[in-house]
Amino acid sequence: MKVDLTVNGKNITADVEDRMLLVHFLRDVADLTATNVGCDTTSCGACTVLLDGESVKSCTVLAAQASGHEVTTVEGLAANGQMHPVQRAFHNEHGLQCGFCTPGMVMAIVSLLKENPHPTEEQVRNGLEGNLCRCTGYHNIVRAALAAAEAPAEVSA
Amino acid sequence: MIPSSFTYQRAGSVEEALSLVAEHGDDAKFLAGGHSLLPLMKLRLAAPEVIIDLGGLHDLSYVSDEGSYIAIGALTRHHDVENSEVLSREVPLLAHAAGQVGDPQIRHRGTIGGSIAHADPASDLPAVLLALDATIVARGAGGEREIGIGEFFQGLFETALEPDELLTEIRVPKPASAAAWSFQKFTQRAIDWAIVGCAVQDGHVALVNMGGTPLRAAAVEAALAGGASPADAAAHAAEGTSAAEDIRATRAYREHLARVLVSRALTEASSRS
Repeated sequence: MKVDLTVNGKNITADVEDRMLLVHFLRDVADLTATNVGCDTTSCGACTVLLDGESVKSCTVLAAQASGHEVTTVEGLAANGQMHPVQRAFHNEHGLQCGFCTPGMVMAIVSLLKENPHPTEEQVRNGLEGNLCRCTGYHNIVRAALAAAEAPAEVSA
Repeated sequence: MIPSSFTYQRAGSVEEALSLVAEHGDDAKFLAGGHSLLPLMKLRLAAPEVIIDLGGLHDLSYVSDEGSYIAIGALTRHHDVENSEVLSREVPLLAHAAGQVGDPQIRHRGTIGGSIAHADPASDLPAVLLALDATIVARGAGGEREIGIGEFFQGLFETALEPDELLTEIRVPKPASAAAWSFQKFTQRAIDWAIVGCAVQDGHVALVNMGGTPLRAAAVEAALAGGASPADAAAHAAEGTSAAEDIRATRAYREHLARVLVSRALTEASSRS
């Protein structure tokens, strides 16, 4: 079937199998391989992307369901060569070890901060309940989320 | 994991959804948020030949105060139930419980109607709506009908919906004392299904994952009506249940958890009211 998605601001039209999952569309059709397939069972959050601005697990969405909608992956966050505040906070706070969960963590936090711009530490921890870090590096990930929430929003444009 | 092949159809209206299901019959499944059905399809536990996507039926996403009850469109997402001001005020049990489903990403996709129609006894909202005495509205070729929640869940993943019917609305009567609620669930990881859960509203007690369907804890309710204390009433929590044994818990452990969680829930509900 023909699908028509806007991915990181760019329109992508493709003829795909009806059963194609959004994560495979992003990796294999759009050639955006930052979004990882982790558990493939809606548990780990490694495949988290934004669908119309809200975090979703792209292993549990059909490409067909996303047709006509906007998807943002971690590749789409940086603007004008500048990292997004959440990306910069991960860098500054050492919010990653092996890096596998990082794209999903970053996108989950971008969505969380959009809904709740100044969360408490407990709200950050609850907001990340759908993202697992196999290095168990949660403390610095939570620090990064809290730092991003307090960062001046001078980057975007 | 990739589901087996199917034909994807997107319904543009309730009428179109009903005519598509009439055309394809048992080979077709409705897809709402997809967070119960797609995982089953990926595991090949379900292999429908036709998927009818309801995602475009935005007019089935609403929460409205109808006086004596709150009407909730079947495609209202858990995220929107959780954040509904009307529900937070009138039925805080439901708003709270919706915020305990899965995780934020799942709540951005999963819908209340999908959760109910899927009828997994380990899901939170079926038991919550049982405690709230909700009414389910379904539309089929023959028109619209109401189904009491007590008759809706007929077995494991089985409901009173006919194959050609679409669940369109959930009606939740306003509780006599909105504050007299509690929701408890015990999980291994934050996003897991409840090993056991319990919803309490105004002396109604419903159990998650203590049988093939969500259950009302009738013996607990009878004890409460007879004046028993929360602790004494909760001792009856496992009566009439038929909990499964699985990788997470034995039946005896689930029965123990039911007594503990019902006791906590009754205590919290009475302290709030």
